[in-house]
Amino acid sequence: MATAKETRHVALGLEPDRLLTMYRQMVLARAVDRRMWVLNRQGKAPFVISGQGHEAIQVAAATAMRAGQDWLVPYYRDLPFCIALGLTAREFLLSVFARAEDPNSGGRQMPSHFGLKRARIVTTSSVVGTQVVHAAGLAYASKVRGLDEVSLTCIGEGGTSQGDWHEALNFAAVHRLPYICIVQDNDYAISVPHRLQMGVDSVAKRAAGYGMAGESVDGGDILASYEVMKRAMERARAGDGPTLIDAKVARFTSHSSDDDQRRYRPQAELEALLRRDPIERFRNYLLDESLTTDAEDELVQQECTAEVDEAVTYAEAAAQPLPEDVFRHVYAEEG
Amino acid sequence: MAIKTLIEGIREAMGEEMERDGRVWILGEDVGRKGGVFLATEGLYDRFGESRVLDTPLAESSIIGVAIGAAMNGTIPIAEIQFADFIHPAFDQIVSEAARIRYRSNGDFSCPIVIRTPFGGGVHGGLYHSQSVEAFYAHVPGLKVVIPSTPEDAKGLLKSAVRDPDPVMFFEHKKTYRLIKGEIPEGDYLTPIGKAVVRRPGSGLSVFAWGLMVHHSLQAAEIVAGEGIDVEVIDLRTLKPLDKDSVLGSVEKTARALIVYEDNLTGGFGAEVAAIIADEGFGYLDAPVLRVAGPDVPAMPFNKPQEDFFLPSPKRIADAMRKLASY
Repeated sequence: MATAKETRHVALGLEPDRLLTMYRQMVLARAVDRRMWVLNRQGKAPFVISGQGHEAIQVAAATAMRAGQDWLVPYYRDLPFCIALGLTAREFLLSVFARAEDPNSGGRQMPSHFGLKRARIVTTSSVVGTQVVHAAGLAYASKVRGLDEVSLTCIGEGGTSQGDWHEALNFAAVHRLPYICIVQDNDYAISVPHRLQMGVDSVAKRAAGYGMAGESVDGGDILASYEVMKRAMERARAGDGPTLIDAKVARFTSHSSDDDQRRYRPQAELEALLRRDPIERFRNYLLDESLTTDAEDELVQQECTAEVDEAVTYAEAAAQPLPEDVFRHVYAEEG
Repeated sequence: MAIKTLIEGIREAMGEEMERDGRVWILGEDVGRKGGVFLATEGLYDRFGESRVLDTPLAESSIIGVAIGAAMNGTIPIAEIQFADFIHPAFDQIVSEAARIRYRSNGDFSCPIVIRTPFGGGVHGGLYHSQSVEAFYAHVPGLKVVIPSTPEDAKGLLKSAVRDPDPVMFFEHKKTYRLIKGEIPEGDYLTPIGKAVVRRPGSGLSVFAWGLMVHHSLQAAEIVAGEGIDVEVIDLRTLKPLDKDSVLGSVEKTARALIVYEDNLTGGFGAEVAAIIADEGFGYLDAPVLRVAGPDVPAMPFNKPQEDFFLPSPKRIADAMRKLASY
């Protein structure tokens, strides 16, 4: 007899192998993320910015997308997303060490400023909000060219206060574009809380004002997140227009390595956060459904740790960019 | 060859490029049915349809941001900003994004967009329909900055801009749109980006200008010609990349340099031209490098006396030529 929980992933069409892949992507992303903080404390990584606590919505979204066909215009907390779309631990660590071989930017940008052409992860800046408009442009081109592509973009709840965010959603709605905007609402824009950022509890409430679908979801629940994303993808591909997703998530770390969230978040709040670990929640689901065992989980953890070890060793030893290459790629190069 | 206006050159370039390459499209405010407030895109909506001649919401930042995204997905957008005075909300998209896409992706992504916008004064446009903003963008590596002053160049340079693999700022002086007429060669031709042109050869002193100021400088050169001052007028046409060889070559010949621009004097692009001449052409000079430019006030006033005072006139330019020749 099927339990209610079995019905959940089965109803979503997610096979056990797929679930385990998703789980592994989350675990690997967390392992990479934790390691970069260690490297920062060791003085080897000048700057880090994190996606810890955001894994479920991101991996769910990547699972609903068609890697290499749909576009992602990410933001700086999208490490799990990019890993799920094909960025390797080694490639990410190359960016942490700012090495020449870093496929995101050749070591030019801070880490977590993603860009991976083969996976259709679009290059991004540090400016909050500009990327949301680029996704609208990508989607407009897909629509006009008659291509079966969906453009997805991510931003934090703080970024929704930017004018560009409004302009992008308005444009996407006017043209009913194959476009999805995921707002990863972790309650804080550096130190500014949600209540000082907007007058609504869910940014998805604004969707109606633009003339698009809006959904609010527990972004720490990977199956609920996948369900919402699946619907949004179907809507986009059917020509029924864009979706605004409000995903409630937990920010486990400080904003970045140059921030200390203990200065502005109460201790009790920080402790409560840890009970919202999306990886823990998914692991419990998999164990409850007998889709994995503690021993298998331990193996996944060990494999991911080994993968990160290898990536760190490789990236640290990789060549630095050449000083004179600072002049390259300002404009198109001959040939 | 037919005599046409500068704006006809702009319009022909866009029509021909859209005909030639299905990836090329136009977006901006009122560019569709109306054909643009200056009618630069007149007729293109009927020829190419709404999806390729798109009337956008009234929001400049997203005009450029959408163009950037669409350029990364296999299209070549020509974005029109209705007046250069209203480009400022898009500054971030142009400077932080368009100009750096190639650089920050280490060459993996590119941003082949053209941003067309009318600039300049002398049309009773007041503070917010008269500005010259080229210096802001000429400061930014990753962008190219092009300013045509003749119908032939308007067409040839715009075609080059559309085919350029990098973002091009294309500034069109709105007073030249219908005032300046000239021959436009039939059919397809390209005017190269990055090459200045001698509009009037001379041996006594060199004038460097762009946009409407090329024409005012030519008029001033005629005024002083009768006084025995033989002026060379060089139309820079492209501010970025600047044709330094033409600038220094002319100064080597004449030993005197005057830069004429409509923007505020301080920090205008003419300051950069003057600095280059001082750095690399000091040995050629027999006189200080002079500039004639707009005054350092916030913008061009609407009333005629103050507008006339702001805009460098042939008379003011002629006075500067006499001063320079007197050394």
